[in-house]
Amino acid sequence: MNARFDWHARAIQIGFVVALIALWYYVGRSGLVSAIFLPQLPHVAGKFIQIVQSSTLYANLAVTLFELVVAVAIASSFGLTIGYLVGRSRYASLVFEPLLAGLFAIPLVVFLPLFILFFGIGVESKIAFGAAYAFFPIVLNTIGGISQVDPRFVTVARSMGANEHQLFRRVLLPAALPVIVTGLRIGCTIGFLAILGSEMIAGLRGLGSRIVTLAEGMNTAEMFAYIVFVIILAMILNVTLSNMQRRFGEAPRSA
Amino acid sequence: MSEAIATAGARTSAVPARHPVFRRNPAAARLGIVVLAFVLWELAGHTILDPNFLSPPSAIIAAMPRVLGDPGVQRALEASFIELIVAFVLAVVAGVAIGLPIGLSGFTRRATLPLILLLYSIPQVTILPLFVLYFGIGAGSKIAFGVSHGIFPIILNVVAGVQSVEAAHLIAARSMGATRLQTIHRVVLPHMTPSLFTGLRLAMSGTLLGVLLAELYVSTGGIGYYTRIFADSFDPPATFTLVTMLALMAVALNETVRLAERRASFWRTHQR
Repeated sequence: MNARFDWHARAIQIGFVVALIALWYYVGRSGLVSAIFLPQLPHVAGKFIQIVQSSTLYANLAVTLFELVVAVAIASSFGLTIGYLVGRSRYASLVFEPLLAGLFAIPLVVFLPLFILFFGIGVESKIAFGAAYAFFPIVLNTIGGISQVDPRFVTVARSMGANEHQLFRRVLLPAALPVIVTGLRIGCTIGFLAILGSEMIAGLRGLGSRIVTLAEGMNTAEMFAYIVFVIILAMILNVTLSNMQRRFGEAPRSA
Repeated sequence: MSEAIATAGARTSAVPARHPVFRRNPAAARLGIVVLAFVLWELAGHTILDPNFLSPPSAIIAAMPRVLGDPGVQRALEASFIELIVAFVLAVVAGVAIGLPIGLSGFTRRATLPLILLLYSIPQVTILPLFVLYFGIGAGSKIAFGVSHGIFPIILNVVAGVQSVEAAHLIAARSMGATRLQTIHRVVLPHMTPSLFTGLRLAMSGTLLGVLLAELYVSTGGIGYYTRIFADSFDPPATFTLVTMLALMAVALNETVRLAERRASFWRTHQR
């Protein structure tokens, strides 16, 4: 609670991270662990500087980001439309919500072989897989957001003569937006993970495939550098999405 | 109140339901949609779909005895199931062991929780090759990867569960002379049951995801191996059979946890 305690906690956190990095540095230098298993820290740092200046990284980054953007675009256009149509009707929500939630409970990764069978090992299967994963949180949160709008608001707006467009623009959208934005945020995050995962399991291009290629070539130092890059990318994505969410009002906690 | 919502909902209904049976019973309509989807799939399978890619449900059911009769497939399913259970148990044990002390002490929580959240935010699929590097291509890497996916929901939910214990209950327990162990056993554990089970459910799907990802990534005779063989030899009924079995396994495990949850927290609903 008080400032002194938090300062202590912060010190322990920083100390832990520093200790971890120091351990990595000294274990690597001592030669206790083979460089194939744990490449030396300076070596990885050097590789990292090397890869951020290489065109290979940006080519793969472009593929992965393209897949992510297309997948999220597909998932949100389907998810928002279906979610809106279903969420507007209490009956349709009762019918479809458990159906969609039940489907989402099955780990979609079991269907990955089918995605590869249908869409090939190129960019298409990653987009389809990412879109399938991103679709569910978006549609479920849109249904949740629209259907939780207090029906009295709708009745009041109607009785004051609001037409369908005004009802959407002035009542439903503002009331449901925080929950919908949360869905979009979760959709983007797990879509990104799904795309990385499918690239790693069967892919030719993209950051995930690049990491696998390096792993198979036992080029561990460069692989570590790529992993660090992807982690930084994921953090940037997270921060961007949190900012987006904050902009549209603090959302109530929901899955 | 619920009546008011229902009428308002009916008035704004985009898709009016006409049939009285479906109107009264959404579950029946849901079942109808599922059946309809399978019928359409079956019809499409016989007409427009390329049998090399998508086979109709009847062909999948016909292929089941052949695929499931294969001793290799049986062994693969069994192996994956064991990997899953071992990973889940390890994740739960380790997660509770880490989560309890973090949740019980405010200082430990402030010091370590940000670190755990930081680790949790790492996209774990990217470090899958490291797991294979360290734990080999056998069951070890699958179990380890499953644990790494399952442990975080357990830790976070145990911490949240311990925090939800009312301070008055802790003070009461202490003032009646309970030792620390008794307090944990009698007050903290029963109180965190709901959030522990939320954690268990999330951990189960996380573990499943981790094990399956690792299986698909590299496998020598596990499920991943067979899905690859079936997909490469353009044998869709076999692929679908395997996928169906995995999906059923996932649903069964999820339902088991949910059932256990209902049994363990029955007193809570009675209380309210």
